[in-house]
Amino acid sequence: MLRDEDRIFQNLYGQDDWGLEGARRRGIWDNTKALLEMGREKLVEEVKASGLRGRGGAGFPTGVKWSFMPPEERRDGRPHYLVVNADESEPGTCKDREILRYDPHTLVEGCLVGGFAMGANAAYIYVRGEFFSEASNMQAAIDQAYEAGLIGKNACGSGWDFDVYLHRGAGAYICGEETALLESLEGKKGQPRLKPPFPAACGLYGCPTTVNNVETVAVVPTILRRGAGWFAGFGRENNTGTKIFSISGHVNNPCNVEEEMSIPLKELIEKHAGGVRGGWDNLLAVIPGGSSTPCLSKNICDSILMDFDSLREHNTGLGTAAVIVMDKSTDIVEAIARLSHFYRHESCGQCTPCREGMGWVYRVMNRMVTGDAEIEEIDMLWDVTKQIEGHTICALADGGVWPVQGLIRHFRPEMERRINERKGVTPAQAAE
Amino acid sequence: MPNVTIDGTEIEVPAGITVLQACEMAGVEIPRFCYHERLSVAGNCRMCLVEVAPGPPKPAASCALPVADGMAIKTDSEMVKKARNGVMEFLLINHPLDCPICDQGGECDLQDQAMAYGRDGSRFEENKRAVKDKHMGPLVKTIMTRCIHCTRCVRFATEVAGVPELGMLGRGEHAEITTYLEKSLDSELSANVIDLCPVGALTSKPYAFVSRPWELAKTESIDVLDAVGAAIRVDARQTEVLRVLPRLNEDVNEEWLADKSRYACDGLMRQRLDRPYLRENGKLREASWDEAFGAIAAKVKGTSADRVAAIAGDLCDTESMFALQQMMGALGSANIDCRQDGAKIAGPRGSYVMNTGIAALENADAILLVGTNPRWEAPLVNTRLRKAWLHGGARVGVVGPQTDLSYATEYLGAGPETLSAIADGSHEFASVLKDAERPVVIVGMGALARDDGDAVLGTVRKLVESCNVVRDDWNGFNVLHTAAARVGGLDLGFVPGEGGRSTNAILDGAAAGEVDVVYLLGADEIDTAKLEKAFVVYQGHHGDAGAHCADVILPGLAYTEKNGTYVNTEGRVQLARQAVQPPGDAREDWSIIRALSDVLDAGLDYVTLGDVRTAMSAANPVFDQVDVASIAEWGAFGSDGAMNAAPFESPVTNYYMTDPISRASETMAECTREFVNANGERTGTDG
Repeated sequence: MLRDEDRIFQNLYGQDDWGLEGARRRGIWDNTKALLEMGREKLVEEVKASGLRGRGGAGFPTGVKWSFMPPEERRDGRPHYLVVNADESEPGTCKDREILRYDPHTLVEGCLVGGFAMGANAAYIYVRGEFFSEASNMQAAIDQAYEAGLIGKNACGSGWDFDVYLHRGAGAYICGEETALLESLEGKKGQPRLKPPFPAACGLYGCPTTVNNVETVAVVPTILRRGAGWFAGFGRENNTGTKIFSISGHVNNPCNVEEEMSIPLKELIEKHAGGVRGGWDNLLAVIPGGSSTPCLSKNICDSILMDFDSLREHNTGLGTAAVIVMDKSTDIVEAIARLSHFYRHESCGQCTPCREGMGWVYRVMNRMVTGDAEIEEIDMLWDVTKQIEGHTICALADGGVWPVQGLIRHFRPEMERRINERKGVTPAQAAE
Repeated sequence: MPNVTIDGTEIEVPAGITVLQACEMAGVEIPRFCYHERLSVAGNCRMCLVEVAPGPPKPAASCALPVADGMAIKTDSEMVKKARNGVMEFLLINHPLDCPICDQGGECDLQDQAMAYGRDGSRFEENKRAVKDKHMGPLVKTIMTRCIHCTRCVRFATEVAGVPELGMLGRGEHAEITTYLEKSLDSELSANVIDLCPVGALTSKPYAFVSRPWELAKTESIDVLDAVGAAIRVDARQTEVLRVLPRLNEDVNEEWLADKSRYACDGLMRQRLDRPYLRENGKLREASWDEAFGAIAAKVKGTSADRVAAIAGDLCDTESMFALQQMMGALGSANIDCRQDGAKIAGPRGSYVMNTGIAALENADAILLVGTNPRWEAPLVNTRLRKAWLHGGARVGVVGPQTDLSYATEYLGAGPETLSAIADGSHEFASVLKDAERPVVIVGMGALARDDGDAVLGTVRKLVESCNVVRDDWNGFNVLHTAAARVGGLDLGFVPGEGGRSTNAILDGAAAGEVDVVYLLGADEIDTAKLEKAFVVYQGHHGDAGAHCADVILPGLAYTEKNGTYVNTEGRVQLARQAVQPPGDAREDWSIIRALSDVLDAGLDYVTLGDVRTAMSAANPVFDQVDVASIAEWGAFGSDGAMNAAPFESPVTNYYMTDPISRASETMAECTREFVNANGERTGTDG
């Protein structure tokens, strides 16, 4: 288990003062100037060496992403921007909001350090519209930092000017997609952009931009202070560091907890969340990384490690590490149908497969709940999800069909049982 | 130049193009709905997916992917087939499949591509979506349930037409294309969205349920309702022109067409003059050709030549003007004029054409508009100016009417005073033109069709010279005409000869009793009240102003019924072709004059249209060069006279009604009510 002194977010539960004073007590803003004095290249190298991968879901190596920003000698006069994605809307995920409201200074400091590392003089924090007190705490932290000279002109006395702006969204899930977020930030309708060009070449207002998750940005100063080696010492190779896990659902003690990467799922649930309701054997399924990742059946949950590669091997993903636990009282088909409803509702409507397909999937799923379907339709449903996956501009559609694929992969017998039951076919007849 | 492999064949393609364009160059068809050459890339229909290596193990949208050296593109792999098949299925699940009652049937991209790339049946068992229809004005009919959300119409309105009034509301399944406020699409180019719509969501309202495309005879021709000379295709069934569509001509109209040119065609079936008429006891009666000619001969033969005059209108083909010119010459009259609006233009060719050329306008970086509203006078010229502004950042200065041109303009002043200030360099815009690499000055009829037009033209010439607008490799002086016949008439020299009368002099002379016979060749936009005392012969196709004051009416043909030569505002000689048979007893215009000339003993010796054309080319070799806008000679023009201070006004006060055809059109009347008189008073019977 991660030792307390190795936790990056010391105020994840909000017991301490979230303001500047409390933050300073916890070591935030401690000689930030020295971090900036490392220089752009060294900073990026350190982040690369730490093995930090994006905490927003896709898990792209952060240092590599930062290195896509034009270096000083290739700057063409356009400003660079750091955009922080705080549009946390994935069902099950509730980690960024804790950072925003209880440890906002980790993010402000992260913005300065990260922004400096990519040559940006401004950061935009795009906060989900529903996060009211989170946004107000965040804004207060930004104001405090300005007042203390930590950001603004000559931030921390480093000679680097840095502004941080907070922008509140209007509550669309799709605006968490990085390019849709940029569109929304520019005042347009939140619809993902075509890539290429990637934001690092042409992002916010057509300028080089990097979009990072809140957690990704917030952990950077601590990594730099304690050294890349310290961070890389946690977890398995290629899956290093610490990570906030959001554990919800049928556990005795739902919580957010910062833990080492690659922790076994079972240990995570039992140690921090008080175990599955009714004991481990009462476990039905787990969605390991937020609603868009395919669920896992119990036999896999017994031994799986919580990291990118291990989950990938089992056709799912770490996503945002939001673990949704479902015990045997769950109507798993209805649960997944509810997720289909969510993705149908949140599709932006741009790409044909997502716009048309999500509604189709949702309607078929609804029939699957009651068994008002044919057995062949399960195969058709699988085929339709495959027809959607990978055929769209952004990954919303992928995330929308993966839960259904996970359901069919692990719970097909349950789906067939319902169909047969409704038809009045006995299991014996069905077997023939 | 990158080398790519497309379906196993290696091909070298230009750098910077997309995979879709590379495939087209290799002759491989890529299905698409949202992609359109002239619009920005949306990449949302997902129909153009191809397999690209190296790349992620999923298909890529070829319309948005730039080619790179060494790319291996597969368009016929299992992955691609499956992807297309899947997208096609998704497009159709919520599409009503009401092809039998859909006007797009037979020319529908969705139909065609479903045949080629779709599956044979549907697996969709749920209820289909229905979408409320939207109001988009009198031209565009909407059946939004058919919409596949390709957003071509949205991009056209925003990018080309410059009226960002279309957009997509809602998201996911509930996304709908709409004119946000349910108001008409207020653009002279609005009907182009019908052509762009790949399905039957946006169709032509006036053409609704009229015909199927395979029933129509299609004739390639030229539009004459403004001076742009857009390439059109006339679709007709028997004697009726049912619709007019744009044809591709990169130099003129690209592939767009203005609404009037497209929809005035229903006017071709109304108010037509289909037989000769004679005025007897103040009333017009039907007559035979012989009677009509006899009456003209009786009058003309008793009148001295200097009391006979002829005015040619805006829609005349050059052949008929040439024949009339020859006949008047043979009669000994110098009183001819093709400028029925009284425009003071007649100098060297460079002084009355659009020297820059329509296509080249989009390269301009500084533009001065003098006395013109191009949005109404020539919408397709306006799109080029908008392009120059949008893509090239051109500065546009306006002297004259202050209107919304769909791009940002700087209003410099209302009339001659400002013009003089720019010409003598005291106005700031003079240096803008001087410093520009490709400056453009466009003079409209609003500045030239006035009594001091010659002085205005002279001032513009001074301006052009002082601001260095005409250079060795660039001629930025342009005249924007509003009449299709005008440049042709000027090329023929259809202007008063030595001691002859111009249009205004003819009219005033007729009012004063100094001119006895006036021959109107399709001239309707004149003050006919002045012709009351004169004997008026009207040759034309519509019972419009000219016919109302006529003593003899000779029924001619409209542009869709005859082969004729027209010269557009840039001096491009183009041929319009006969699409339908003329109504009743109407005859080809040049042949009417030819026959009349015999009766008047002013014998013309042409037998065929070819003879007229040969003679015309002999008179001015310009007519030999069809489809070419040749470089016009430059010389002195205009005068140094004083200008009066009256502001310049655009000659077009209602875009939808500028000529006899559009005035007879019910659709244009509808548009006038909707767009021009939107706030006008309505009577109790007004709907």
